[in-house]
Amino acid sequence: MNTSVVIAGVKLKNPVMTASGTFGSGMEYSEFVDLNRLGAVVTKGVSLTPWEGNPTPRIAEVYGGMLNAIGLQNPGIDTFIKRDLEFLKNCDTTVIVNVCGKTMEEYIGVVERLADTDVDMLEINVSCPNVKEGAIAFGQNPEALAKITKALKEKAKQPIIMKLSPNVTDIALMAKICEDNGADAVSLINTITGMKIDINRRSFVLANRTGGMSGPAVKPVAVRMVYQAAQAVSIPVIGMGGIVTAEDALEFIMAGATAVAVGCANFTDPYATVKVIEGIEKYMTDNNVEDVKELTGCVR
Amino acid sequence: MKIKETATIISQECLCEGVYSMWLATSIAKKAQAGQFVSVYSNSDARLLPRPISICEIAGAGDGADTKIPGRIRLVYRTVGEGTREFSRMSAGDKLEILGPNGNGFLPALREEIRPGTKALLIGGGIGIPPMVGLAAQLGCDVTIVAGYRTGKEMFLTEELERYGKLYISTDDGSAGTKGCVIDAIEEAGLNADVIFSCGPRPMLRGVKDFSLSRSIPSYVSMEERMACGVGACLGCVCSAEDVDDHSKVKNKRVCVDGPVFEVSEVVL
Ligand SMILES: Cc1cc2nc3c(=O)[nH]c(=O)nc-3n(C[C@H](O)[C@H](O)[C@H](O)COP(=O)(O)OP(=O)(O)OC[C@H]3O[C@@H](n4cnc5c(N)ncnc54)[C@H](O)[C@@H]3O)c2cc1C
Ligand SMILES: Cc1cc2nc3c(=O)[nH]c(=O)nc-3n(C[C@H](O)[C@H](O)[C@H](O)COP(=O)(O)O)c2cc1C
Ligand code: FES
Repeated sequence: MNTSVVIAGVKLKNPVMTASGTFGSGMEYSEFVDLNRLGAVVTKGVSLTPWEGNPTPRIAEVYGGMLNAIGLQNPGIDTFIKRDLEFLKNCDTTVIVNVCGKTMEEYIGVVERLADTDVDMLEINVSCPNVKEGAIAFGQNPEALAKITKALKEKAKQPIIMKLSPNVTDIALMAKICEDNGADAVSLINTITGMKIDINRRSFVLANRTGGMSGPAVKPVAVRMVYQAAQAVSIPVIGMGGIVTAEDALEFIMAGATAVAVGCANFTDPYATVKVIEGIEKYMTDNNVEDVKELTGCVR
Repeated sequence: MKIKETATIISQECLCEGVYSMWLATSIAKKAQAGQFVSVYSNSDARLLPRPISICEIAGAGDGADTKIPGRIRLVYRTVGEGTREFSRMSAGDKLEILGPNGNGFLPALREEIRPGTKALLIGGGIGIPPMVGLAAQLGCDVTIVAGYRTGKEMFLTEELERYGKLYISTDDGSAGTKGCVIDAIEEAGLNADVIFSCGPRPMLRGVKDFSLSRSIPSYVSMEERMACGVGACLGCVCSAEDVDDHSKVKNKRVCVDGPVFEVSEVVL
């Protein structure tokens, strides 16, 4: 049985990775999960300097999902390279670093700092609030997305995955823009902007008022968007949004995802990633599937 | 080392309106320390996130009849929403997924400060009272406890607390003990201490911080924040720190792993 997949020349031992921000850099979860089993570890978003993130409450549970407004708190690229990448070096898995920034220059700065590390790929989170373009994320504006994809592709030493926001009208267009400007892959979906109100306190539950929704409740939206993106581009698509079980992951793969990521399911079950991997293997055995790639995009 | 496992409910009882006590059989008991908490998972797929609940007592570490059988922990919790209401409907023999032990607990502080004659003041407010029972049991020094309740009709764990030291009570409406807050009870009784431990609502912790700092008494508070992962990975549960934290490199500390217990001057209350 072959579960390995290739994205931009980088081989993953299986198509299951962690979704950025839900797994730290793997350190905390390594108490539960053998990181060597994972297709890839995708780190929490990292910026040029340390970011404080948003005030709390940052977390709200909603029916079948959750809202988060962490605000991309992170220790900055220097600490990240010294501590997190040092830790990941000892793991036999593909390492993908999620990159964030408030300006084009910040993104470029992070990408350049990562150039001489042995990181395998970069995932560019274009959903950060962009101070220059009036708090609209790069990922929500076609021209800005084109510009940043092109600029980062020029600077990056590793393949770049553009992580797409679902908060757009035409996801196929956004995926195509990334492909046309040199992206090696796209990943989606990032969280869907949501809100929860505490009717007893008559106020917002999150200090930030809005938060990004993820979890099982977003899965149908995510599968639809992955399908549309996969139809529009020929670069690999990485699918995520509400994956809890192998069956969920297989939906994304059949919709066209070369690989998938498990996000907030880790919070419900720290073993979720490994269970998804084992479930995919079992599906392949039960259905005589020799190579997982036979399933990729098999539903058209 | 943390573990996630299916625990069996040994007993469940209602202590007073809306407050429940549950004994669980779990291997987490072997590793747990006072002030640590467990993540309790719902059996409903609609509720993804675990509920953080403090360990109230650890069997083998206390004097009560219930606490003699090793391999058990006690959780005492208030029903505030769907998750805790679900737990309250469960009974002996039912299964519950839990992960723990989480957080630092009071122990790191204990090693430094406590000798047999040390005067420790334990302050619990409302649903912050439960972890004080486990702490009182583990301290092994001169323990005084102050517990703040809303009203005399809704008091719980007073018997357990009295096993370990003199208990002072405050109630918001004055129906038992001192009328007012825990600090009012402390001042009324003229209590002093070598070290203070507290857990309770934010305004109470602020009062404790002021009291401790004004008298230069070493003081440890147990904090609360909304959590998602409970293991230090998601950065959902941070509290504001006075100084740049060594792990986060910003003025934030993770309540779930760096806490929930903090030295009072480390955190902004
Ligand atoms: C370290 C720690 C220890 C705790 N120990 C205890 C204890 O010993 N006894 C006890 O009764 N309660 C304790 N709490 C509070 C307890 O976690 C919440 O009351 C509980 O999560 C509420 O869940 P719910 O589904 O009933 O409420 P809902 O309001 O329906 O919960 C919705 C979401 O908000 C979260 N949430 C709601 N209130 C709180 C809160 N006060 N703190 C953190 N998350 C919250 C829930 O976990 C859930 O994700 C503790 C909290 C923390 C952080
Ligand atoms: C707490 C939390 C933090 C996140 N942080 C990031 C991040 O730093 N960068 C990023 O690109 N996506 C981040 N995400 C989005 C996830 O990677 C993922 O796209 C999304 O949660 C959908 O997957 P899920 O439903 O499986 O969680 C975060 C999600 C959560 C829940
Ligand atoms: S709850 Fe995730 S870091 Fe504390």
